[in-house]
Amino acid sequence: MAKVLTSNKSCTVNPLKMSQPVGGALAFMGVKGCMPMLHGSQGCTSFGLVLFVRHFREAIPLQTTAMSEVATVLGGFENVQQAVLNIANRAKPEIIGICSTGVTETKGDDVDGFIKLIRAKHPELDHIALVYVSTPDFKGAFQDGWAAAVSQIVETLVERPCSGVRLSRKVNVLPGCHLTPGDIDELRDVIESFGLRAQFLPDLSGSLDGHIPEEFTPTTLGGISVAEIRAMGTALATITIGEQMRGAAITIEHKTGVPFKVFDRLTGLAPSDELMGYLSQIGGTPVPNKYRRQRSQLVDAMLDGHFHFGGKNVAIGAEPDLLWSIANFLTEMGCHVTAAVTSTASPMLEFVPADEVLIGDLEDLEQRASSADLLVTHSHGRQAAERLDIPFYRLGLPTFDRLGAGHLVSVGYRGTRNMIFEIGNLLMAAAHEPDPDTWPVVNESPQDELVQLSGGI
Amino acid sequence: MSNLSSTIQNVFNEPGCDKNQGKSEKERKKGCTKQLQPGAAAGGCAFDGAKIALQPITDVAHLVHGPIACEGNSWDNRGAKSSSSRLYRTGFTTDMNEHDIVFGGEKHLYKSIKEIIEKYNPPAVFVYQTCVPAMIGDDIEAVCKSASVKFGKPVIPINSPGFVGPKNLGNKLAGEAILEHVIGTEEPEYTTPYDINIIGEYNLSGELWQVKPLLDELGIRILACISGDARYHEVASSHRARAAMMVCSKAMINIARKMEERYEIPFFEGSFYGVSDMSESLREIARLLVGRGAPEELKVRTEAVIRREEARAWSRLASYRPRLEGKRVLLITGGVKSWSVVAALQEVGIDIVGTNTKKSTKEDKERIKELTGGDAHMFDDMTPREMYKMLKEARADIMLSGGRSQFIALKAKMPWLDINQERHHAYAGYEGMVDLVHEIDKALFNPIWEQVRRPAPWEIVVAEANRIAC
Repeated sequence: MAKVLTSNKSCTVNPLKMSQPVGGALAFMGVKGCMPMLHGSQGCTSFGLVLFVRHFREAIPLQTTAMSEVATVLGGFENVQQAVLNIANRAKPEIIGICSTGVTETKGDDVDGFIKLIRAKHPELDHIALVYVSTPDFKGAFQDGWAAAVSQIVETLVERPCSGVRLSRKVNVLPGCHLTPGDIDELRDVIESFGLRAQFLPDLSGSLDGHIPEEFTPTTLGGISVAEIRAMGTALATITIGEQMRGAAITIEHKTGVPFKVFDRLTGLAPSDELMGYLSQIGGTPVPNKYRRQRSQLVDAMLDGHFHFGGKNVAIGAEPDLLWSIANFLTEMGCHVTAAVTSTASPMLEFVPADEVLIGDLEDLEQRASSADLLVTHSHGRQAAERLDIPFYRLGLPTFDRLGAGHLVSVGYRGTRNMIFEIGNLLMAAAHEPDPDTWPVVNESPQDELVQLSGGI
Repeated sequence: MSNLSSTIQNVFNEPGCDKNQGKSEKERKKGCTKQLQPGAAAGGCAFDGAKIALQPITDVAHLVHGPIACEGNSWDNRGAKSSSSRLYRTGFTTDMNEHDIVFGGEKHLYKSIKEIIEKYNPPAVFVYQTCVPAMIGDDIEAVCKSASVKFGKPVIPINSPGFVGPKNLGNKLAGEAILEHVIGTEEPEYTTPYDINIIGEYNLSGELWQVKPLLDELGIRILACISGDARYHEVASSHRARAAMMVCSKAMINIARKMEERYEIPFFEGSFYGVSDMSESLREIARLLVGRGAPEELKVRTEAVIRREEARAWSRLASYRPRLEGKRVLLITGGVKSWSVVAALQEVGIDIVGTNTKKSTKEDKERIKELTGGDAHMFDDMTPREMYKMLKEARADIMLSGGRSQFIALKAKMPWLDINQERHHAYAGYEGMVDLVHEIDKALFNPIWEQVRRPAPWEIVVAEANRIAC
């Protein structure tokens, strides 16, 4: 059980956290033909856009209501209306996803009310879905914005199936924001090999996986369609990955009766076993040979890799569900999580395998990482890693100084195996070569040494 | 707020800008930027602009007063380089929460300033105002004033909340802030007749260092660069310079002009991009310095350096000319870079088949017209779809633009080169021009283009079947 603390500093230094609206916007980017939009000043969108461009190395559809000072004070109805009309004309989207920001929340814009008015005045927009989610910048973090957007998409769009019929081969999958497009591709392969059809919401593997489209599109390039979302109520079950998605799964169950199963993580042997067992059970098919072989390969990788992980101290900065996943995995490989910093509250934090979990920033992480052998956080940890002079494993969003952030796979047997190799190689490369002064004579009584040893465990 | 709006009105009245002076008083009040279109806008806000303009000051703590979005989503993402302190790359923010929104964020801000001074002891703290605290009425000027007194250190308010306008306005508001609170507050250890300021140069990818060795050779001292690789003390004592060069078009014209007014520092507008522009800038620097009393022989030495450097640059560029002559470039960038890069590319025989002039001033457009021989190549507001089409149809060989539009080119399987602030290469001075051309050459002649454009085997089969069917 970890003690969950909140940093009591006034000044956040080197933020780990990013804001809710950009998390919400990313969720909308996993919906096909979508134009996500932030209701705020144009800078809110511009910063979010640059953030995603640098991480995914892809064109990012993201619009703004471009609130001026005067519009902010008077209320944003005109701007929201004009933005929706402009987007409808120029980008011809199937859906517009609107996230609020700090300014418009401080003013208290009633965007749900605005949408009702726009609907009444503009029946020509009836074919475009409008989903609004409240994501104030001054509350929560990226992960909360993602979860809130998915809940709101489900709430607004999923329909109660008229016949009550369920398709016995279709499953909904709700991935948390810590899963990459590569993870989604991997999970789709896994689920399909049990004869099931997976429908991901959001599906970044269709939109931000780095494919080359035939034509130029101003909206998202792919993802789950609005029609597919509406029909999620006909699925056999909903699988959620990450605690953050529980709320959306409950909403689906509540609206349509589709039962759900939460996988709090999918990195590691036991969680992957659990997934295989579950899929085998709902699919009524045995686990395919391919995955029996992959399991065996993972076990072998654990055997080969554990030498390098065992006893290592690790400092991790990540959003709650990602922290949960990586901290457990590294602990299961023999590491000690000596520093854990996260961005926002979550019911999982107190169960993280560490003495304490701090809701704080990268300055806090750096201070707590003085004895660490490995730093794990997003690319903003680069300055800290350099100062600490320890290996740095980039994990999470944004990863702007490495290629392939969207294709990093960490789920399932194969993803776990790859991760053992990647992190194990970093640790191997950092191993210290002994020299003649490595083992100096210590003038201490054995008693002291025993105390030190027990303190170190 | 009334204070801020009068500052904004003040920067909208710019005697140094001909376009501005050509307007009626009423037109002038509206400012010089087009009204933003909701749902069709792109680009940063005034806060973004202020931060871009001042963050290159390396030893200052840059504290953003606002919710996490303003700093958390964007920190440490610019390529301004430093020769000493790295404090400017540390992200400081008050990360305002709900409690602040309800009760006001002034105390939170004050305590944050205190923590920074205790932990990092910078020569100054810059406090950036953002939309939310501006809305709830946090008086950052008052907080900064009392923190300055209490901690005996300059704490400078940068009043440029995002919603007052676009990036360019933010550049100017940042300029106003340092004119008001920083410049002229300290004295240099010594002065020379060769002291200059360079205004509007941010040392992206270390570009200033492509120019500085030449100035060093001539004995010209950069008293302050505002703001690339600058230290607080340099900016604070920059009022003792003999002359100034204003780079980057009009972004910081207010600093240059007001320093001329207040401290009688003559300035000229120049560019370090392109061989001829670089030479012209060196010449102007020497001319202004001699005008202020530097020995006449500076001009002679400057000409000698120009001759040597130009000859060296031309001979290095000449080797690229046969490979690049007639290559067509689509140039998508804002303001200054349009015309200064146009000149540079033409030096090796590259054709400019199009350039967008959305952010360019009337004067910039005139220069492009002069350089390209007609305005047929200028697009005021080219949509991404049009750019894509132009590239897909191979009406251009390469696109030069900022990072966010790179995928328009790459998805059309066309070469692209980053020429905006996130770029990783330095293109200033004689060295930089050769580097730019080298980068264009590398991009154009990379062997991947032929491979990635080759159809997949199944596409060839389909095309063959279609041919037979016809």
